Amino acid sequence: MFILEKRPTPSRFWLYATPVVAVLLTMIAGGLLFALLGTNPFAVIKTIFWDPIFGEFAFYLRGQLLVKAGPLILIAIGLSLGFRAGIWNIGAEGQYIMGAIVGAGVGLAVYPTESRLIYPVMVIAGALGGWAWAMIPAILKTKFNTNEILVSLMLVYVAQTILAKASTGFLRNPEGAGFPGSRNFSSYKAASNPEFFAGSGLHWGGIAALVAAGLAYVLLQRHIVGFQIKLTGQAPRAAKFHGVSPNRLVMLCMGLSGALAGLAGLFEVTGPAGQISIDFNVGYGFTAIIVAFLGRLNPIGIVLAGFLMALTYVGGEMAATNMGLPAAAIQVFQGMLLFFLLGVDVLTNYRIRLLFRGTR
Amino acid sequence: MDFGSINPVILIASLMVAAVPIMLAAVGELVVEKSGVLNLGVEGMMVMGAICGFITAVETGSPFLGFLGGAAGGAGLSLVFALLTQVFLANQVATGLALTLFGLGLSALMGQGYNGIKPPLTPDVPFGPLAQIPALGPILFAHDWVVYFSVAVIAVTWWVLKATRLGLIIRAVGESHDAAHALGYKVNRIRLGCITFGGAMAGMGGAYVSLVRVPQWVDGITAGAGWIALAIVVFASWRPWRVLIGAYLFGGITVLQLNLQAAGSAIPVEYLSMSPYLITIIVLVIMSSGKGRAALNAPAVLGQNFHAAR
Repeated sequence: MFILEKRPTPSRFWLYATPVVAVLLTMIAGGLLFALLGTNPFAVIKTIFWDPIFGEFAFYLRGQLLVKAGPLILIAIGLSLGFRAGIWNIGAEGQYIMGAIVGAGVGLAVYPTESRLIYPVMVIAGALGGWAWAMIPAILKTKFNTNEILVSLMLVYVAQTILAKASTGFLRNPEGAGFPGSRNFSSYKAASNPEFFAGSGLHWGGIAALVAAGLAYVLLQRHIVGFQIKLTGQAPRAAKFHGVSPNRLVMLCMGLSGALAGLAGLFEVTGPAGQISIDFNVGYGFTAIIVAFLGRLNPIGIVLAGFLMALTYVGGEMAATNMGLPAAAIQVFQGMLLFFLLGVDVLTNYRIRLLFRGTR
Repeated sequence: MDFGSINPVILIASLMVAAVPIMLAAVGELVVEKSGVLNLGVEGMMVMGAICGFITAVETGSPFLGFLGGAAGGAGLSLVFALLTQVFLANQVATGLALTLFGLGLSALMGQGYNGIKPPLTPDVPFGPLAQIPALGPILFAHDWVVYFSVAVIAVTWWVLKATRLGLIIRAVGESHDAAHALGYKVNRIRLGCITFGGAMAGMGGAYVSLVRVPQWVDGITAGAGWIALAIVVFASWRPWRVLIGAYLFGGITVLQLNLQAAGSAIPVEYLSMSPYLITIIVLVIMSSGKGRAALNAPAVLGQNFHAAR
């Protein structure tokens, strides 16, 4: 048997080593899973983690990595601020959808006007849409002490029904012969978000993600708000004595994460997705939770984690088409990653001591 | 709006059926939270129960075994939660979320090839002539066994928590794990038991969705029922009988909005189908604010991990 002994201070080594160990353990467990599904585990792992970067089609897939990593990083950065302070916004998926609907709505309202101003206004509208959707749980939390986890999650389901209504109703393409889905933004230049260089995968979303990561880093390292966020997370009572207003922090963290999720939604819907459709959202808002934890709630870590998670998406799709790996297997793989991460994390704060018979 | 086409007797009878999944999941989660553990993975455990129950029922042909399979599936997933939070002391909120993400993925993986199959029918309990009583018959005596079982679980949970030594220990662990530890109770083992019970109940609730409510398998079949169950525990301010009231209330809303959709009411379908979630939020707001704050009744160490230093 073994017992856990609390470390006097968290281990810096394990703080950085746990994500690596977790990824390795996930590869082993995932390999077993893939073997059970009747595929060659080594080939699948290679397809997921190696081929998108160095394989035959890497010139195309590297761009895809950026396409997937952008929204994940953008959302995860916002979530990580709240998670650090113990504010659990888990409805990023809903804020992502609402940002996309509001931003796209603004663009479609002025169709077919061509102006340089349209896209910036849409970006602002997208951020506001996500922000407003996140403000609902934030205000309910501060005014009525309502659990923000449950409210933000419920609002995801509400946002999904609004999305269904948008794509079949108020945002439907009037020239689309009755098919669900809005006008395609790729044919509406003023409101579209194309790749800067074809095939590079870099569009405004990727830029925004990197800028957000940079700003979040500065905020956490250099700004008083960042200090307050960290303090509230580590010692809520001390934070109160320090004069931190918990309500202000809730509004700030929820608002920021909502706005960033809304931005991600807008960039996605005007860029890679192309239109508002009933299922344009693919769960980035939930996967971003894994990204935030995998990146240790640290902006730089989140950028790395975002790319790793993008790798599982892109590589997973490759494995699905080439080797018949079920798409759901990748979802399981991502979930396992979070499990291992949370489990291995114990080593950061605790030391494991083996107990032999007779010793205590 | 046309309420005339909705028969109140059938409405009540069908809301009792609609309430079963969330009632089972919520009463399980209530016991978990009473022991001081916040397991946000109810949705994941429910959906695992739904697929495990579905597979078991289809393969064996027995709906009863299906429900046992569902309970085993939910309990199995909850053991992962127990391992991570009780042994490796992982953050309960994060682990619960992971459980939901993982459960949704794994259930979709397991469910491949089970789409479009009808599970064996769960028959009504034969009450003979009792079911023929006007009004009371369809409401009280024309259901399958799980409906009665779910009410029985509420009653037993209430009795155990209120009147037995086991209930006292569970509550002690949830109110002050340090004191319970000092008295010699194995805090983590007691919590492990509660978590497993919660998982089994959530799994059974999920199995009810895929075997009776829908009845077939589609990915993500529980559609947020697990989260509503979590909200009902808050609504009930951690009291078993209020879980029953809460579940019937939400069952009623679900059935009513489905009936209104079918009756072709003037309210668009989308707004009707988001109503259970919106009403959950409103109820949460009412219960969390004001003088009778539900939070005052919450177990004192809810969500905190216990590490025995000595």
